[in-house]
Amino acid sequence: MSLLSDIQAILTGLAITFSHIFRKPVTVSYPEEKRPMPERFRGSIVLTRDPDGEERCVACYLCSGACPVDCISMAAAETPNGRRYAAWFRINFARCILCGLCAEACPTLAIQMSSEMFPCKRDVMNMLYEKEDLLIDGTGKDPNYNFYRHAGIGVVTPRGANPDEHPPVDVRTILP
Amino acid sequence: MTWDAIDIGLMLAKIAVLFFIILTLAAYLVLAERRILAWMQDRKGPNRVGPQGMLQPLADLIKMLTKEDLIPAAADRVLFAVAPAMASIPAILTFAIIPLAAPETIFGHRVSMQVTDLDVGILFFLALSAIAVYGVALGGWASNSKYALLGSIRGLSQLISYELSMGLSIVPVVMLAKSLRMSDIVNAQAEMPFIVYQPLAFVIFLVSILAECRRIPFDLPEAEGELVAGFHTEYSGMRFGLFFVGEYINIIGLGALASLFFLGGWRGPLLPPIVWFFVKVTAFSFFFIWVRGTLPRLRYDQLMHLGWKFLTPLALVNILVTGWWLSLR
Repeated sequence: MSLLSDIQAILTGLAITFSHIFRKPVTVSYPEEKRPMPERFRGSIVLTRDPDGEERCVACYLCSGACPVDCISMAAAETPNGRRYAAWFRINFARCILCGLCAEACPTLAIQMSSEMFPCKRDVMNMLYEKEDLLIDGTGKDPNYNFYRHAGIGVVTPRGANPDEHPPVDVRTILP
Repeated sequence: MTWDAIDIGLMLAKIAVLFFIILTLAAYLVLAERRILAWMQDRKGPNRVGPQGMLQPLADLIKMLTKEDLIPAAADRVLFAVAPAMASIPAILTFAIIPLAAPETIFGHRVSMQVTDLDVGILFFLALSAIAVYGVALGGWASNSKYALLGSIRGLSQLISYELSMGLSIVPVVMLAKSLRMSDIVNAQAEMPFIVYQPLAFVIFLVSILAECRRIPFDLPEAEGELVAGFHTEYSGMRFGLFFVGEYINIIGLGALASLFFLGGWRGPLLPPIVWFFVKVTAFSFFFIWVRGTLPRLRYDQLMHLGWKFLTPLALVNILVTGWWLSLR
Protein backbone atom coordinates (compact mmCIF):
# COMPACT_ATOMS: atom_id res chain seq x y z
CA MET A 1 0.00 0.00 0.00
CA SER A 2 1.49 3.27 -1.09
CA LEU A 3 0.34 5.20 2.00
CA LEU A 4 2.25 2.87 4.31
CA SER A 5 5.37 2.99 2.17
CA ASP A 6 5.13 6.80 2.08
CA ILE A 7 4.91 6.95 5.86
CA GLN A 8 7.81 4.54 6.12
CA ALA A 9 9.84 6.72 3.74
CA ILE A 10 9.16 9.82 5.83
CA LEU A 11 10.10 8.03 9.06
CA THR A 12 13.31 6.69 7.50
CA GLY A 13 14.24 10.22 6.43
CA LEU A 14 13.53 11.55 9.91
CA ALA A 15 15.70 8.82 11.45
CA ILE A 16 18.60 9.63 9.13
CA THR A 17 18.54 13.36 9.83
CA PHE A 18 18.24 12.67 13.57
CA SER A 19 21.31 10.43 13.50
CA HIS A 20 23.27 13.17 11.76
CA ILE A 21 22.73 15.54 14.71
CA PHE A 22 25.27 13.53 16.69
CA ARG A 23 27.88 13.31 13.96
CA LYS A 24 31.04 15.32 14.12
CA PRO A 25 30.69 18.36 11.86
CA VAL A 26 33.00 18.47 8.88
CA THR A 27 33.44 22.23 9.29
CA VAL A 28 36.93 23.51 10.09
CA SER A 29 36.82 26.75 12.10
CA TYR A 30 39.49 28.29 9.96
CA PRO A 31 41.54 30.88 11.81
CA GLU A 32 41.66 28.80 15.02
CA GLU A 33 42.17 25.38 13.51
CA LYS A 34 43.93 24.75 10.24
CA ARG A 35 43.95 21.69 8.08
CA PRO A 36 47.39 20.24 7.33
CA MET A 37 48.27 21.42 3.85
CA PRO A 38 50.05 19.39 1.19
CA GLU A 39 53.81 19.94 1.02
CA ARG A 40 53.69 21.90 -2.22
CA PHE A 41 50.66 23.98 -1.31
CA ARG A 42 51.04 27.59 -2.46
CA GLY A 43 50.11 29.39 0.73
CA SER A 44 52.25 32.50 0.71
CA ILE A 45 55.34 34.04 -0.87
CA VAL A 46 58.78 34.23 0.75
CA LEU A 47 62.10 35.76 -0.24
CA THR A 48 64.95 33.31 0.25
CA ARG A 49 68.67 33.80 0.82
CA ASP A 50 71.61 32.17 -0.96
CA PRO A 51 73.87 29.65 0.86
CA ASP A 52 76.09 32.48 2.07
CA GLY A 53 73.16 34.14 3.81
CA GLU A 54 72.87 37.06 1.37
CA GLU A 55 69.60 38.11 -0.23
CA ARG A 56 69.06 36.30 -3.49
CA CYS A 57 66.82 38.97 -4.96
CA VAL A 58 68.51 41.13 -7.60
CA ALA A 59 65.50 43.42 -8.07
CA CYS A 60 65.10 42.54 -11.76
CA TYR A 61 61.33 43.29 -11.72
CA LEU A 62 60.53 40.04 -13.54
CA CYS A 63 58.23 38.84 -10.76
CA SER A 64 56.47 42.18 -10.74
CA GLY A 65 56.09 41.95 -14.52
CA ALA A 66 54.81 38.38 -14.39
CA CYS A 67 52.29 39.07 -11.66
CA PRO A 68 48.79 38.98 -13.20
CA VAL A 69 47.28 41.09 -10.43
CA ASP A 70 50.18 43.55 -10.01
CA CYS A 71 50.62 42.90 -6.33
CA ILE A 72 54.44 43.02 -6.26
CA SER A 73 56.35 46.27 -6.24
CA MET A 74 59.97 47.11 -5.44
CA ALA A 75 62.82 49.57 -6.03
CA ALA A 76 66.23 48.41 -7.24
CA ALA A 77 69.48 49.55 -5.67
CA GLU A 78 73.13 48.60 -5.99
CA THR A 79 75.81 48.09 -3.38
CA PRO A 80 79.27 49.70 -3.93
CA ASN A 81 80.61 46.37 -5.15
CA GLY A 82 77.99 46.23 -7.86
CA ARG A 83 75.60 43.71 -6.34
CA ARG A 84 71.96 44.58 -7.03
CA TYR A 85 69.33 44.31 -4.33
CA ALA A 86 65.84 45.56 -3.62
CA ALA A 87 65.83 48.78 -1.62
CA TRP A 88 62.26 47.96 -0.69
CA PHE A 89 60.10 45.04 -1.73
CA ARG A 90 56.39 44.89 -1.08
CA ILE A 91 53.74 42.27 -1.74
CA ASN A 92 50.09 43.15 -1.31
CA PHE A 93 48.59 39.89 -0.08
CA ALA A 94 45.14 41.41 -0.28
CA ARG A 95 45.52 41.19 -4.07
CA CYS A 96 47.80 38.20 -4.40
CA ILE A 97 46.07 35.18 -5.92
CA LEU A 98 48.93 32.81 -5.07
CA CYS A 99 49.29 31.69 -8.68
CA GLY A 100 53.05 31.14 -8.39
CA LEU A 101 53.92 32.95 -11.64
CA CYS A 102 56.37 35.20 -9.78
CA ALA A 103 58.25 32.21 -8.45
CA GLU A 104 58.38 30.77 -11.97
CA ALA A 105 59.67 34.04 -13.41
CA CYS A 106 62.40 34.56 -10.83
CA PRO A 107 65.85 34.00 -12.39
CA THR A 108 67.66 33.80 -9.06
CA LEU A 109 65.18 31.56 -7.14
CA ALA A 110 64.79 34.39 -4.67
CA ILE A 111 61.03 34.51 -4.65
CA GLN A 112 59.46 31.18 -3.77
CA MET A 113 56.08 29.85 -2.73
CA SER A 114 55.71 28.69 0.85
CA SER A 115 53.18 26.15 2.11
CA GLU A 116 52.51 28.29 5.16
CA MET A 117 49.29 30.26 4.70
CA PHE A 118 49.46 33.97 5.47
CA PRO A 119 46.97 34.96 8.17
CA CYS A 120 43.78 36.81 7.25
CA LYS A 121 43.43 40.32 8.66
CA ARG A 122 40.49 42.64 9.07
CA ASP A 123 42.34 45.73 7.80
CA VAL A 124 43.56 45.64 4.22
CA MET A 125 46.58 47.78 5.11
CA ASN A 126 47.79 44.98 7.38
CA MET A 127 47.98 42.69 4.39
CA LEU A 128 50.89 44.65 2.90
CA TYR A 129 54.05 42.65 3.48
CA GLU A 130 57.41 44.44 3.36
CA LYS A 131 60.79 42.89 2.57
CA GLU A 132 61.54 42.30 6.26
CA ASP A 133 58.31 40.29 6.61
CA LEU A 134 58.99 38.26 3.49
CA LEU A 135 62.67 37.40 3.99
CA ILE A 136 63.37 34.02 5.54
CA ASP A 137 66.67 32.69 6.77
CA GLY A 138 66.77 29.54 4.67
CA THR A 139 67.49 28.87 1.04
CA GLY A 140 64.17 27.39 0.15
CA LYS A 141 63.90 24.60 -2.36
CA ASP A 142 67.39 24.71 -3.98
CA PRO A 143 69.85 24.88 -1.06
CA ASN A 144 73.07 25.06 -3.11
CA TYR A 145 72.05 27.50 -5.79
CA ASN A 146 73.91 30.79 -5.71
CA PHE A 147 73.14 33.09 -8.61
CA TYR A 148 76.24 35.26 -8.28
CA ARG A 149 78.50 32.20 -8.26
CA HIS A 150 77.27 31.48 -11.78
CA ALA A 151 76.75 34.92 -13.24
CA GLY A 152 79.27 36.68 -11.08
CA ILE A 153 78.13 40.08 -12.17
CA GLY A 154 79.42 42.91 -10.04
CA VAL A 155 80.14 40.98 -6.92
CA VAL A 156 83.92 41.20 -7.11
CA THR A 157 86.05 44.18 -7.98
CA PRO A 158 87.68 44.35 -10.33
CA ARG A 159 84.94 42.89 -12.49
CA GLY A 160 85.56 39.64 -14.27
CA ALA A 161 87.52 38.07 -11.43
CA ASN A 162 84.87 35.42 -10.71
CA PRO A 163 85.93 31.78 -11.00
CA ASP A 164 84.47 30.96 -14.43
CA GLU A 165 84.68 34.47 -15.86
CA HIS A 166 87.13 36.21 -18.17
CA PRO A 167 88.40 39.67 -17.28
CA PRO A 168 86.70 42.47 -19.24
CA VAL A 169 88.32 43.34 -22.52
CA ASP A 170 88.97 46.92 -23.60
CA VAL A 171 87.53 46.71 -27.12
CA ARG A 172 89.78 49.47 -28.43
CA THR A 173 92.84 47.29 -27.88
CA ILE A 174 91.57 44.65 -30.28
CA LEU A 175 90.58 46.98 -33.08
CA PRO A 176 92.19 46.07 -36.41
CA MET B 1 -16.19 39.34 38.29
CA THR B 2 -15.17 42.51 40.04
CA TRP B 3 -11.92 44.13 39.12
CA ASP B 4 -9.66 45.64 41.72
CA ALA B 5 -6.16 47.05 41.54
CA ILE B 6 -4.47 43.73 42.27
CA ASP B 7 -6.40 41.99 39.50
CA ILE B 8 -5.43 44.65 36.99
CA GLY B 9 -1.82 44.60 38.19
CA LEU B 10 -1.67 40.83 37.93
CA MET B 11 -3.15 40.96 34.46
CA LEU B 12 -0.59 43.53 33.30
CA ALA B 13 2.21 41.54 34.91
CA LYS B 14 1.03 38.39 33.14
CA ILE B 15 0.95 40.17 29.79
CA ALA B 16 4.43 41.61 30.33
CA VAL B 17 5.92 38.28 31.41
CA LEU B 18 4.22 36.47 28.53
CA PHE B 19 5.53 39.03 26.05
CA PHE B 20 9.04 38.62 27.39
CA ILE B 21 8.79 34.81 27.32
CA ILE B 22 7.47 34.49 23.79
CA LEU B 23 9.82 37.05 22.25
CA THR B 24 12.83 35.43 23.93
CA LEU B 25 11.63 31.98 22.94
CA ALA B 26 11.07 33.07 19.36
CA ALA B 27 14.53 34.66 19.17
CA TYR B 28 16.19 31.55 20.52
CA LEU B 29 14.06 29.29 18.37
CA VAL B 30 15.65 31.01 15.36
CA LEU B 31 19.08 30.25 16.79
CA ALA B 32 18.08 26.68 17.68
CA GLU B 33 16.76 26.14 14.19
CA ARG B 34 19.95 27.38 12.58
CA ARG B 35 22.13 25.26 14.83
CA ILE B 36 20.06 22.08 14.66
CA LEU B 37 19.70 22.35 10.90
CA ALA B 38 23.47 22.82 10.74
CA TRP B 39 24.07 19.72 12.85
CA MET B 40 21.72 17.73 10.65
CA GLN B 41 23.80 18.82 7.65
CA ASP B 42 27.10 18.03 9.43
CA ARG B 43 27.89 21.71 9.85
CA LYS B 44 28.40 23.74 13.01
CA GLY B 45 26.03 26.66 12.56
CA PRO B 46 26.39 30.12 14.10
CA ASN B 47 28.75 29.76 17.07
CA ARG B 48 30.76 32.97 17.03
CA VAL B 49 28.62 35.58 18.81
CA GLY B 50 28.90 34.80 22.51
CA PRO B 51 29.44 31.33 23.96
CA GLN B 52 28.08 28.74 21.52
CA GLY B 53 26.43 31.58 19.57
CA MET B 54 24.05 32.38 22.42
CA LEU B 55 24.08 36.11 21.61
CA GLN B 56 23.35 35.57 17.91
CA PRO B 57 19.67 36.65 18.23
CA LEU B 58 20.85 39.97 19.66
CA ALA B 59 23.28 40.43 16.77
CA ASP B 60 20.49 39.57 14.32
CA LEU B 61 18.21 42.12 15.96
CA ILE B 62 20.84 44.86 15.72
CA LYS B 63 21.43 43.95 12.09
CA MET B 64 17.72 44.05 11.26
CA LEU B 65 17.16 47.36 13.04
CA THR B 66 20.08 49.11 11.39
CA LYS B 67 19.25 47.94 7.87
CA GLU B 68 17.66 50.24 5.37
CA ASP B 69 13.88 50.04 5.37
CA LEU B 70 13.20 49.75 1.65
CA ILE B 71 9.74 50.38 0.24
CA PRO B 72 9.46 49.60 -3.48
CA ALA B 73 8.34 52.54 -5.60
CA ALA B 74 5.36 50.64 -6.98
CA ALA B 75 4.22 49.35 -3.60
CA ASP B 76 1.00 50.27 -1.84
CA ARG B 77 2.70 52.10 1.01
CA VAL B 78 -0.01 51.79 3.68
CA LEU B 79 -0.73 48.09 3.17
CA PHE B 80 2.98 47.42 2.78
CA ALA B 81 3.58 48.92 6.22
CA VAL B 82 0.60 47.21 7.85
CA ALA B 83 1.15 43.67 6.50
CA PRO B 84 4.09 42.61 8.73
CA ALA B 85 2.11 43.62 11.81
CA MET B 86 -0.90 41.73 10.46
CA ALA B 87 1.30 38.66 10.28
CA SER B 88 2.84 38.87 13.73
CA ILE B 89 0.06 40.32 15.91
CA PRO B 90 -2.36 37.34 15.54
CA ALA B 91 0.53 35.01 16.34
CA ILE B 92 1.24 36.91 19.56
CA LEU B 93 -2.47 37.25 20.43
CA THR B 94 -2.89 33.47 20.30
CA PHE B 95 -0.87 33.27 23.50
CA ALA B 96 -3.59 35.11 25.39
CA ILE B 97 -5.60 31.90 25.71
CA ILE B 98 -2.73 29.50 26.38
CA PRO B 99 -2.44 28.34 30.00
CA LEU B 100 1.25 27.99 30.83
CA ALA B 101 0.81 26.22 34.16
CA ALA B 102 -1.65 25.17 36.83
CA PRO B 103 -3.56 28.00 38.58
CA GLU B 104 -1.72 29.37 41.62
CA THR B 105 -2.87 31.42 44.58
CA ILE B 106 -1.07 34.79 44.83
CA PHE B 107 -2.10 37.54 47.35
CA GLY B 108 -5.18 35.49 48.16
CA HIS B 109 -6.28 35.60 44.53
CA ARG B 110 -6.65 32.51 42.47
CA VAL B 111 -4.51 33.31 39.43
CA SER B 112 -4.77 31.24 36.29
CA MET B 113 -1.50 31.11 34.41
CA GLN B 114 -3.02 32.45 31.23
CA VAL B 115 -3.85 35.98 30.24
CA THR B 116 -7.53 35.29 29.72
CA ASP B 117 -9.57 32.12 29.98
CA LEU B 118 -12.10 32.77 27.24
CA ASP B 119 -15.12 30.48 27.16
CA VAL B 120 -14.74 30.46 23.36
CA GLY B 121 -11.00 29.88 23.46
CA ILE B 122 -10.80 27.55 20.47
CA LEU B 123 -12.97 29.84 18.35
CA PHE B 124 -10.68 32.72 19.29
CA PHE B 125 -7.68 30.70 18.13
CA LEU B 126 -9.34 29.71 14.86
CA ALA B 127 -10.36 33.31 14.22
CA LEU B 128 -6.82 34.53 14.82
CA SER B 129 -5.28 31.95 12.54
CA ALA B 130 -7.76 33.05 9.87
CA ILE B 131 -6.78 36.70 10.39
CA ALA B 132 -3.11 35.74 10.10
CA VAL B 133 -3.78 34.94 6.45
CA TYR B 134 -4.11 38.69 5.86
CA GLY B 135 -0.44 39.23 6.67
CA VAL B 136 0.59 36.92 3.87
CA ALA B 137 -2.06 38.11 1.43
CA LEU B 138 -1.60 41.84 1.96
CA GLY B 139 2.19 41.60 2.15
CA GLY B 140 2.34 39.94 -1.25
CA TRP B 141 -0.30 42.16 -2.79
CA ALA B 142 1.12 45.45 -1.51
CA SER B 143 4.64 44.62 -2.71
CA ASN B 144 3.46 44.87 -6.33
CA SER B 145 5.97 42.27 -7.41
CA LYS B 146 5.26 39.11 -9.36
CA TYR B 147 7.05 36.77 -6.95
CA ALA B 148 5.42 38.28 -3.91
CA LEU B 149 1.99 38.11 -5.55
CA LEU B 150 2.44 34.47 -6.56
CA GLY B 151 3.60 33.69 -3.04
CA SER B 152 0.63 35.35 -1.44
CA ILE B 153 -1.84 33.67 -3.79
CA ARG B 154 -0.36 30.32 -2.88
CA GLY B 155 -0.34 31.30 0.78
CA LEU B 156 -4.01 32.29 0.71
CA SER B 157 -5.27 29.08 -0.83
CA GLN B 158 -2.96 26.91 1.26
CA LEU B 159 -3.82 28.55 4.58
CA ILE B 160 -7.57 28.46 3.88
CA SER B 161 -7.41 24.78 2.86
CA TYR B 162 -5.46 23.68 5.87
CA GLU B 163 -7.48 25.86 8.24
CA LEU B 164 -10.36 23.54 7.42
CA SER B 165 -8.62 20.29 8.29
CA MET B 166 -7.06 21.91 11.36
CA GLY B 167 -10.43 23.10 12.62
CA LEU B 168 -12.05 19.74 11.90
CA SER B 169 -9.29 17.88 13.72
CA ILE B 170 -9.94 19.91 16.89
CA VAL B 171 -13.66 19.11 16.85
CA PRO B 172 -13.19 15.62 18.45
CA VAL B 173 -11.18 17.31 21.21
CA VAL B 174 -14.07 19.67 21.86
CA MET B 175 -16.47 16.73 21.78
CA LEU B 176 -14.42 14.89 24.38
CA ALA B 177 -13.88 17.94 26.62
CA LYS B 178 -17.44 19.24 26.06
CA SER B 179 -16.08 22.79 26.16
CA LEU B 180 -14.27 25.38 24.04
CA ARG B 181 -12.53 26.79 27.11
CA MET B 182 -8.81 26.03 27.28
CA SER B 183 -8.73 25.33 31.01
CA ASP B 184 -11.62 22.85 30.64
CA ILE B 185 -9.78 21.07 27.83
CA VAL B 186 -6.68 20.72 29.99
CA ASN B 187 -8.75 19.56 32.96
CA ALA B 188 -10.54 16.98 30.82
CA GLN B 189 -7.15 15.37 30.18
CA ALA B 190 -6.43 14.89 33.88
CA GLU B 191 -6.47 11.09 33.68
CA MET B 192 -5.51 10.52 30.07
CA PRO B 193 -4.21 12.90 27.37
CA PHE B 194 -6.45 13.03 24.30
CA ILE B 195 -3.73 11.68 22.04
CA VAL B 196 -4.63 8.24 23.39
CA TYR B 197 -8.26 8.58 22.22
CA GLN B 198 -7.53 10.66 19.14
CA PRO B 199 -4.22 9.63 17.51
CA LEU B 200 -5.65 10.28 14.04
CA ALA B 201 -6.84 13.76 14.97
CA PHE B 202 -3.40 14.44 16.43
CA VAL B 203 -1.66 13.47 13.20
CA ILE B 204 -4.08 15.55 11.11
CA PHE B 205 -3.61 18.51 13.45
CA LEU B 206 0.17 18.15 13.30
CA VAL B 207 0.26 18.10 9.49
CA SER B 208 -2.19 20.99 9.34
CA ILE B 209 -0.18 23.20 11.69
CA LEU B 210 2.93 22.50 9.64
CA ALA B 211 1.03 23.90 6.67
CA GLU B 212 -0.52 26.63 8.79
CA CYS B 213 2.81 28.16 9.76
CA ARG B 214 4.18 27.73 6.23
CA ARG B 215 7.00 25.39 7.11
CA ILE B 216 8.76 22.89 4.90
CA PRO B 217 7.30 20.65 3.41
CA PHE B 218 4.45 23.17 3.00
CA ASP B 219 6.47 26.35 2.52
CA LEU B 220 5.06 27.10 -0.91
CA PRO B 221 4.22 30.75 -0.10
CA GLU B 222 7.95 31.33 0.51
CA ALA B 223 9.53 28.64 -1.68
CA GLU B 224 12.94 30.25 -1.97
CA GLY B 225 13.87 27.91 -4.81
CA GLU B 226 11.01 29.10 -6.99
CA LEU B 227 9.74 32.47 -5.76
CA VAL B 228 12.88 34.19 -4.39
CA ALA B 229 11.29 34.59 -0.95
CA GLY B 230 7.60 34.47 -1.82
CA PHE B 231 5.32 36.99 -0.16
CA HIS B 232 8.13 38.78 1.71
CA THR B 233 10.44 39.15 -1.29
CA GLU B 234 10.31 42.95 -1.20
CA TYR B 235 10.65 43.30 2.56
CA SER B 236 13.85 44.28 4.27
CA GLY B 237 15.06 45.36 7.68
CA MET B 238 12.72 45.13 10.65
CA ARG B 239 9.61 44.71 8.49
CA PHE B 240 11.08 41.46 7.25
CA GLY B 241 12.06 40.78 10.87
CA LEU B 242 8.42 41.08 11.92
CA PHE B 243 7.34 38.47 9.36
CA PHE B 244 10.17 36.30 10.54
CA VAL B 245 9.46 36.67 14.25
CA GLY B 246 5.76 36.19 13.58
CA GLU B 247 6.50 32.89 11.87
CA TYR B 248 8.51 31.63 14.80
CA ILE B 249 6.02 32.84 17.40
CA ASN B 250 3.43 31.00 15.35
CA ILE B 251 5.49 27.81 15.58
CA ILE B 252 5.69 28.12 19.36
CA GLY B 253 2.01 29.02 19.64
CA LEU B 254 0.81 26.15 17.48
CA GLY B 255 3.16 23.78 19.29
CA ALA B 256 1.70 24.96 22.58
CA LEU B 257 -1.84 24.45 21.29
CA ALA B 258 -1.00 20.97 20.01
CA SER B 259 0.31 20.05 23.44
CA LEU B 260 -2.78 21.56 25.08
CA PHE B 261 -5.25 19.76 22.82
CA PHE B 262 -3.60 16.37 22.69
CA LEU B 263 -0.84 15.99 25.27
CA GLY B 264 -2.56 17.43 28.31
CA GLY B 265 -0.87 20.84 28.33
CA TRP B 266 0.93 21.46 31.61
CA ARG B 267 -0.19 18.14 33.08
CA GLY B 268 2.48 15.55 33.74
CA PRO B 269 3.98 13.48 36.53
CA LEU B 270 6.81 14.51 38.89
CA LEU B 271 7.99 17.73 37.24
CA PRO B 272 6.29 21.08 37.96
CA PRO B 273 3.55 22.02 35.45
CA ILE B 274 5.45 24.91 33.82
CA VAL B 275 8.40 22.61 33.11
CA TRP B 276 6.14 20.00 31.56
CA PHE B 277 4.56 22.63 29.38
CA PHE B 278 7.88 23.95 28.15
CA VAL B 279 9.19 20.44 27.55
CA LYS B 280 6.19 19.72 25.34
CA VAL B 281 6.42 23.02 23.46
CA THR B 282 10.15 22.52 22.94
CA ALA B 283 9.54 19.02 21.66
CA PHE B 284 7.04 20.34 19.12
CA SER B 285 9.44 23.11 18.07
CA PHE B 286 12.18 20.54 17.63
CA PHE B 287 9.83 18.42 15.57
CA PHE B 288 9.16 21.39 13.27
CA ILE B 289 12.89 21.94 12.81
CA TRP B 290 13.48 18.24 12.37
CA VAL B 291 10.87 17.99 9.62
CA ARG B 292 12.36 21.03 7.94
CA GLY B 293 15.75 19.34 7.94
CA THR B 294 14.31 16.17 6.43
CA LEU B 295 11.54 16.63 3.91
CA PRO B 296 11.55 18.30 0.50
CA ARG B 297 8.89 20.79 -0.55
CA LEU B 298 5.63 19.40 -1.92
CA ARG B 299 4.44 20.29 -5.38
CA TYR B 300 1.46 22.62 -5.35
CA ASP B 301 -1.09 20.10 -6.62
CA GLN B 302 0.19 17.54 -4.12
CA LEU B 303 -0.36 20.08 -1.36
CA MET B 304 -3.95 20.71 -2.42
CA HIS B 305 -4.54 17.02 -2.97
CA LEU B 306 -3.33 16.18 0.54
CA GLY B 307 -5.42 18.91 2.12
CA TRP B 308 -8.75 18.51 0.32
CA LYS B 309 -8.86 14.88 -0.75
CA PHE B 310 -7.13 13.29 2.21
CA LEU B 311 -6.92 15.25 5.46
CA THR B 312 -10.32 16.95 5.36
CA PRO B 313 -12.38 13.78 4.61
CA LEU B 314 -10.31 11.86 7.13
CA ALA B 315 -11.01 14.49 9.79
CA LEU B 316 -14.74 14.36 8.96
CA VAL B 317 -14.79 10.56 9.28
CA ASN B 318 -12.89 10.91 12.54
CA ILE B 319 -15.57 13.26 13.87
CA LEU B 320 -18.32 10.81 12.90
CA VAL B 321 -16.51 7.89 14.53
CA THR B 322 -15.87 9.94 17.67
CA GLY B 323 -19.54 10.92 17.83
CA TRP B 324 -20.62 7.34 17.40
CA TRP B 325 -18.22 6.21 20.12
CA LEU B 326 -19.36 8.97 22.50
CA SER B 327 -23.01 8.05 21.93
CA LEU B 328 -22.24 4.43 22.85
CA ARG B 329 -20.46 5.39 26.04
